[in-house]
Amino acid sequence: MNNFSYTQATTAKEATRQRKDEPTAAYIAGGTTLLDLMKANLEEHAQLIDINLLPFKGVEQTKDGLRIGAMERMNDVGEHALVRELFPAVSESLLLAASPQLRNMASIGGNILQRTRCGYFRDAAFPCNKRVPGSGCPALQGDNHNLAILGTSEACIATAYPGDLAVALTAFDAVLTLENPKGKQRRVPVTEFYLLPGTTPQRETVLEPGELIVAVTLPLTAHARRSTYLKVRERASYAYALASAAVGLDVQSGTIRAARVALGGVGTRPWRSPEAEKVLTGAPATEATFRAAAAAALQGAQPREHNRYKVELAQNTLVRALQQVAG
Amino acid sequence: MNTETEPAFFETNAAPGVVGQPLSRVDGRAKVTGQAKYSAEYNHLPGLAHAVFKTSDVAKGRITGFDASAAQRVPGVLAILTHQNLPQPAVSPNTPEGKKTIGMGVQMGFLPLTSDQIHYAAQPVAMVVADTLEHAQHAAALLRVQVAPEAPTASYQDAKAQRFDPSKGKGAGEGRGNAAAAFASAPIQLSGTYTHALNHHNPMEPGATTAHWEAPDRLLVYDTAQGMAWMQKSLSKMLGLPADQVRVITKYLGGGFGCKGSTWPHTILTVLAAKAVGRPVKLALTRPQMFTGMGHREDQEQTLRLGATKDGKLLALLHEKTSTTSPWDDYAETNAKIIGMLYQCPAFEAKLQLARANVMTSTYMRAPGEAPGSFALESAMDDLAYRVGVDPIQIRLLNHADKDPSTGKPWSSKSLKQCYQRGAELFGWSQRNAQNGQTRDGKLLVGWGMATASYPVHSGQGNARVRLYADGHAVAQAAATDLGTGTYTVMTQVAADALGLTPDKVRFELGDTVLPTTIISGGSMAAGTVSSSVYLAAQDAWQKLIKVAVMDAKSPLFRAKPADVEVVQGRLQLKATPGKGEDFAALMKRAGLDDVEGMATGRYGAGYESAQAALNAKSDDAGKDDAGQHSMHSFGAHFCEVKVDPELGTVRVTKWVSVIAGGRILNPKTARSQIMGGAIMGIGAALMEQTVRDQNLARYTNASLADYHIPVNADVPDMTVEFIDEHDPYINAMGVKGIGEVSIVGTAAAVGNAIFHATGRRLRSLPITPDKVLDALRQPA
Ligand SMILES: Cc1cc2nc3c(=O)[nH]c(=O)nc-3n(C[C@H](O)[C@H](O)[C@H](O)COP(=O)(O)OP(=O)(O)OC[C@H]3O[C@@H](n4cnc5c(N)ncnc54)[C@H](O)[C@@H]3O)c2cc1C
Ligand code: SF4
Repeated sequence: MNNFSYTQATTAKEATRQRKDEPTAAYIAGGTTLLDLMKANLEEHAQLIDINLLPFKGVEQTKDGLRIGAMERMNDVGEHALVRELFPAVSESLLLAASPQLRNMASIGGNILQRTRCGYFRDAAFPCNKRVPGSGCPALQGDNHNLAILGTSEACIATAYPGDLAVALTAFDAVLTLENPKGKQRRVPVTEFYLLPGTTPQRETVLEPGELIVAVTLPLTAHARRSTYLKVRERASYAYALASAAVGLDVQSGTIRAARVALGGVGTRPWRSPEAEKVLTGAPATEATFRAAAAAALQGAQPREHNRYKVELAQNTLVRALQQVAG
Repeated sequence: MNTETEPAFFETNAAPGVVGQPLSRVDGRAKVTGQAKYSAEYNHLPGLAHAVFKTSDVAKGRITGFDASAAQRVPGVLAILTHQNLPQPAVSPNTPEGKKTIGMGVQMGFLPLTSDQIHYAAQPVAMVVADTLEHAQHAAALLRVQVAPEAPTASYQDAKAQRFDPSKGKGAGEGRGNAAAAFASAPIQLSGTYTHALNHHNPMEPGATTAHWEAPDRLLVYDTAQGMAWMQKSLSKMLGLPADQVRVITKYLGGGFGCKGSTWPHTILTVLAAKAVGRPVKLALTRPQMFTGMGHREDQEQTLRLGATKDGKLLALLHEKTSTTSPWDDYAETNAKIIGMLYQCPAFEAKLQLARANVMTSTYMRAPGEAPGSFALESAMDDLAYRVGVDPIQIRLLNHADKDPSTGKPWSSKSLKQCYQRGAELFGWSQRNAQNGQTRDGKLLVGWGMATASYPVHSGQGNARVRLYADGHAVAQAAATDLGTGTYTVMTQVAADALGLTPDKVRFELGDTVLPTTIISGGSMAAGTVSSSVYLAAQDAWQKLIKVAVMDAKSPLFRAKPADVEVVQGRLQLKATPGKGEDFAALMKRAGLDDVEGMATGRYGAGYESAQAALNAKSDDAGKDDAGQHSMHSFGAHFCEVKVDPELGTVRVTKWVSVIAGGRILNPKTARSQIMGGAIMGIGAALMEQTVRDQNLARYTNASLADYHIPVNADVPDMTVEFIDEHDPYINAMGVKGIGEVSIVGTAAAVGNAIFHATGRRLRSLPITPDKVLDALRQPA
């Protein structure tokens, strides 16, 4: 770990200005991702700008939907009555993540920007295209049991976002509010926020240098109210998903009016599946439909030696999640 | 002491005795309030400097140079030590002779920073010493190491690995009969190949050393040592110092599970660094370094062939093991022992094959050999039960060994049948569905499994001292360590009982080589050895006081024969007329004695039995009993229920019962924790623990506790633990057997057997993760 200076910002303007003055600076929220990476010498920052005092707070209903401040803590949001009621899948994705201690520290913004658990990325002794572009990807022929089968490239097969929340956000059309150093805000749907690795796995999101995540807004829908997040892991708690599914269904008299499907643990980014949604929409809410949807979702899967199991596991996870919300 | 008065078997001396009571940990308050000082917390030493390792990126190669220019500019850097400038040890373990000289305390026949060779990934290649930890870490990050890499060998599974038989044809265990022929003609033949992932001990407290040269030839080391004397000896040999010039202190230990039993490179390297910079130096391994700093349980494959009669009586057992070892050592856990001794079986043969790879040397980890060996054997016995169509307990009773089949000796005590019976009662085993794959809970498949546990009583001996003060306080001492298991507590109980005091009047001191030398806290030997030496040391103190009494004209016991005097709850009295006697305090006061000290050697296992036998022997059979006449083991049985999700592949343990026969239980509370801990560790090995090594680069890909999964609370059901009351007069003066390791033996098989019961699929590769479960369920049952 290198020496660094530490400053605090109380407004977005202050934070972005400090960031402009020191290009290698990083924002620090809960620090649960950032400090791990710095301690392992995977990221070096000359300055940490503490953004915990920024007013990106609150969980409230707006005309666009439910707005969650980026500085809210995972536990607080997961347990929030409105989130539980309007977006059960979002609540569950938060409360099934990490450990209580981490969830009390970790922020929503930081969660969205957490980084891959690919073991090669996490150890600077290994080559890794994401960390050192062009150095190679040992995971292709190596330990890829927890890596992606969808959206992969020859350069990288990591689940760049290994967590849970963004999977639920992806399913329910969340929109991120970002603010750049010039004080300008823009709105980016989560489905467009994360990038596929392609030939540039080092580029993971569309966030510009110095840009802050201000808030997440989730449109209110019937299918989001009837939603769940199912997470599969070999350890009962405190583990990343081997596969997960965030699903929502609007079922009326046995027919699916609207459906949302996103998968975690299997894609190089949180994996929205329009293919599955297409199968589901207008179809009867039966196991046969769910199976067909799951098959469609995994159609393009490209498994490797140690993550072949994910094709079946992800399908079964999705089917189970759909069964749970269909009731 | 006067050996003739050595009691053959401990009788509790206080009424009601505190031995056997669930006393809470005497060090509990110190631990939860942060008062307990662990070995990396001795920061009082003047000028204490901090060292960190720079480790190798590659698993094989040669160091061609260092660029220390940036590292050296970091303020506070005192030294950058490499093989080029580190003062070398007087004796290094790098040669077989050197390793032999150093003794059992060093497991690995290679010391980094003694040459330019890189033999395993994350091998230390330099040490940076600085005034603060942060400076040292920063400088280490800036230090550049130039390396000429070579292609490494990753494991026994690597085609490049050189394979060899370390026994040179002699076999891996005490064979008997013609196992191959017996198997070939057996009506039932079962064969299975079992793999066990590489596991790491991962104690909560990492390895740490603080080295302080008090004089140019006198060393004080605060270290995380399970074995005080072993570390003292190995350090003194490596440094060329007499043992008394090396003092090792370990007051508290945050777990060890075997990895703290040896003196690993970081300890001697820190000592040498302290010499180099002329200041006390501290080094604590980081969590990632714990994966390449203190050994591991080797990755291994076992093939077990089992021959039996139609009704399930064993005829033959053939065992073969292949595992990975380092470039220099021939270490492997001895799985064959338990396979040869657990059941009555006329023919047995075992072979071992090792494969050299670029890994550090593996080491003993909780029940080394018995844990993975029992996975193979107890899975196979389960298969046999189904094959014959009898209950898994029944098949074990049918093959119960009334004598130790590997030696022919009778057991010193064996209450295994009671363990089965009580375990079955507690679990409700009689309700078991004999058919597998039949029980459901909603979508989940429910299965029950059980397995036998056993762990040998290794022979150990050690010393203890007891000092009894006239005011009714006492101190007992032995250079044992408390791994967190309760040694402080149970030895306080033993001393209190032996002295007729309440435990609050007694303090037990351990963890310092200036105290009487005793056994390593490993191999389940500590409780049996230390308790018996503490007990006997108290008896020695009483004998001294009895002598004072019988020579004191004012004592009611004046001129009594010492052998006619007994001590009951601190009162010295005539055996024949207990009314005649006096309290020890009155005697000591009158005699002007502020304190009296007793000292004794306690023996455990065969060493105790043979010494006792020699003592009681008539002259004509003296010498016959050298190795002890009994086979000595703890036994037990584990029962569990699992729920398997057939679509998601997840397995959760939902119920657990362990019943253990481990001789006298000194403290049921700490003993219960031991059994639960072992069983939970076994659940970990069964369902999730695995260190993954990249097969091309021979480097671990999950060296962190976020990625190397051990069970969390949610993985652990309510556990029922019971002990069978057992009296064993051959083990030691206390009748205590070890329980630290028997707790894990058989646990992985119990889980695997429950999975078989639930799914009809036999999973032979640990850990049994969802991918393997889904795979198995795709195959026909
Ligand atoms: C052992 C462990 C287990 C975990 N398990 C899970 C799990 O099961 N599921 C799961 O979802 N997650 C899991 N996590 C990840 C955890 O959720 C994240 O570490 C956490 O959410 C990050 O939030 P933070 O506030 O601590 O972020 P920080 O560490 O403070 O920041 C992370 C990154 O985001 C940037 N950043 C933070 N906030 C903003 C903002 N508002 N605008 C712009 N940039 C910002 C920082 O500069 C940094 O680059 C686990 C983490 C650990 C250590
Ligand atoms: S999968 Fe991606 S993150 Fe992992 S080693 Fe390859 S490039 Fe790096």
